[in-house]
Amino acid sequence: MGYTEEELAKDLENQEYKYGFVTDVEYDEVPIGLSVEVIRMLSEKKEEPQWMLDFRLNAFKVWQSMEEPDWAHVTFEKPDYQAIRYYSSPKGKKGAESWDDVDPEIKETMEKLGISLDEQKILQGVAVDFVMDSTSVATSFKTKLKEMGIIFCSFSEAVQEHPELVKKYMGTVVPVSDNYFAALNAAVFTDGSFCYIPKGVRCPVELSTYFRINKGGTGQFERTLVVCDEGGYASYLEGCTAPKRDENQLHAAVVELIAMENAEIKYSTVQNWYPGDKNGLGGVFNFVTKRGLCEKGAKISWTQVETGSAVTWKYPSCILKGDNSIGEFYSVAVTNNYQQADTGTKMIHLGKNTKSTIIAKGISTGRSQNSYRGLVQIHKSAENARNFTQCDSLLMTDECGAHTFPYIECKNSTAKIEHEATTSKIGEDQIFYCMQRGLSEEKAISLIVNGYCKEVLNKLPMEFAVEAQKLLAISIENSVG
Amino acid sequence: MIQIKNLHASINGKEILKGLNLTVNAGEVHAIMGPNGAGKSTLASVLAGKEDYEITSGEVIFEGKNLLDLSIEDRAKEGLFLAFQYPVEIPGVSNVNFLRTALNEIKEYRKEEPISAKDFLALVREKSKIVELDAKLASRAVNEGFSGGEKKRNEIFQMAMLDPKLAILDETDSGLDIDALRIVAHGVNTLKSDKNATIMITHYQRLLDYIIPDFVHVLYDGKIVKTGPKELALELEEKGYDWIKEGVESI
Repeated sequence: MGYTEEELAKDLENQEYKYGFVTDVEYDEVPIGLSVEVIRMLSEKKEEPQWMLDFRLNAFKVWQSMEEPDWAHVTFEKPDYQAIRYYSSPKGKKGAESWDDVDPEIKETMEKLGISLDEQKILQGVAVDFVMDSTSVATSFKTKLKEMGIIFCSFSEAVQEHPELVKKYMGTVVPVSDNYFAALNAAVFTDGSFCYIPKGVRCPVELSTYFRINKGGTGQFERTLVVCDEGGYASYLEGCTAPKRDENQLHAAVVELIAMENAEIKYSTVQNWYPGDKNGLGGVFNFVTKRGLCEKGAKISWTQVETGSAVTWKYPSCILKGDNSIGEFYSVAVTNNYQQADTGTKMIHLGKNTKSTIIAKGISTGRSQNSYRGLVQIHKSAENARNFTQCDSLLMTDECGAHTFPYIECKNSTAKIEHEATTSKIGEDQIFYCMQRGLSEEKAISLIVNGYCKEVLNKLPMEFAVEAQKLLAISIENSVG
Repeated sequence: MIQIKNLHASINGKEILKGLNLTVNAGEVHAIMGPNGAGKSTLASVLAGKEDYEITSGEVIFEGKNLLDLSIEDRAKEGLFLAFQYPVEIPGVSNVNFLRTALNEIKEYRKEEPISAKDFLALVREKSKIVELDAKLASRAVNEGFSGGEKKRNEIFQMAMLDPKLAILDETDSGLDIDALRIVAHGVNTLKSDKNATIMITHYQRLLDYIIPDFVHVLYDGKIVKTGPKELALELEEKGYDWIKEGVESI
């Protein structure tokens, strides 16, 4: 055979992280560390109103009173919160007015990432908000959306331009005191995206945010708020990358979704933060709180493809408050080398006839640890609630691990809950079968893995699905043990 | 087409093939019969390149190349096709996507242009008729939820799509009812030409009523111990294998 196991291992180690470049731009920063002064300074730099500063200071107080949690099935050295720079903004531009105002270096970065905010993209029906480190750099397609009454802008801009909406909804789904990282985010979040879809409006384009941590020693704390008014519809995409660095970088985001009566929100994530090198050095700590609230007849659907980060710790969840509301969670999580992921979802059934579906696919290779953790909670009020959960794990090597922690709490006897779980090793018979038809081992594995993830990939918008497929192929290349 | 010379192969230290010789020329159909455990399926796996087996000696020349030096996929690209006894399921991967990938890999190997979507679909339509495979099955995931008969038909469909030089049918008749058997046999007969060859591994004479072999070989204890015309199969059906076993053991 042409390919020995050692060669396989070597190739795998040498798998380059293709987004590992650094963009050289000047930064406007606050001093390293976290204190009331730093928060004041940050708020001042952003020219925030008093209520926003108060929100932050309160959150900081809450955060200080909290203990850092450690219940997840991950091990890592806890970040030194005083060694992080909490605000670092590409200098000169605060949310560039037009595309022409954007720093050419940043434009180049976007090009490298394959994002061009040009006419073509607009024709493809994607509106993009690009967040580098702390600041939202440009939001495309705004005017067109404005005509329909849709607001899609950076969070900072929303604070200035639409304070009534931000004040009304911020922190209502993920309260400041929800958890340690949510509190930290509330105190120091620098930017993010804001979206409001008015009553009965179906947003005709995919709304998209691209997050990138560029500067060393900074954390990224973005905040996203999507509000979909009665009968509205929005599909939102989020992509993430970071340069290669030896240190661990912290990413602690908060995402809140609000789907009012009969509204629908689709939220898709392709997460490809730097995972660290083959020895487990560096990489992003991805500690994110994502939650959506469904009113009557509303639907929220989370789709995520997680291939990056050294440590991932997140559970995009749905609170099914209204009767007949629907929550969905489709996830593919890939871990390689020393990556660790503890991810899953929470489906909280409060309303009658609420339905939730969870499809979680884990793929572990190298020496990684991949955990699914999910909670299905049926409250007393949730008559005829239904849940279907399927979690599958695929193991590629003998050194990796897959774990499943499903929690079910049911307080209503009319509920129907199904849980299916499988763990499999990638089948040698399957690989042999493919190779007998002329496929190389690598192609065979990629095909089998893509097939395994198909139910989830199918949920992604078309152009994201292609990107996700490529990303999967890169993440698992040469990795059968 | 293929010359197998003094082939010895073992698995986990146990020798299964013990000096097997066989020559197959283009345009020929060979049937290999034999009792359970004689090494029939091992022969198919070894030729396809399954890594569980260790080749201890012997050589196999396929179209002028040393087959045993080639990787599994290169053997396939050179035109060797194995119709599996137990075709595996590949969930989520559609049959057509699978075949298009395979076909283009083979084309690339032969330095040909990849097939266009339009030509490919036309080919699917044409070839699926040969085995009366429902168009719906062609777009379903590879073998997932297929009945036993559908899986076997799908193997022959794949064979038709990939147009191999040498096809090895490993117990393709097992688990088929008489109608499915007829369809599969019709498929194999349709694909037959003077440029390709077929090795059929089977337990039963029944298949040979539909696909008429040029030669029948009896494989016993890792070797071919008897070769004859198609009538040999009938004799085997009538008398069983004992008389052959006795013949071998008395030598």
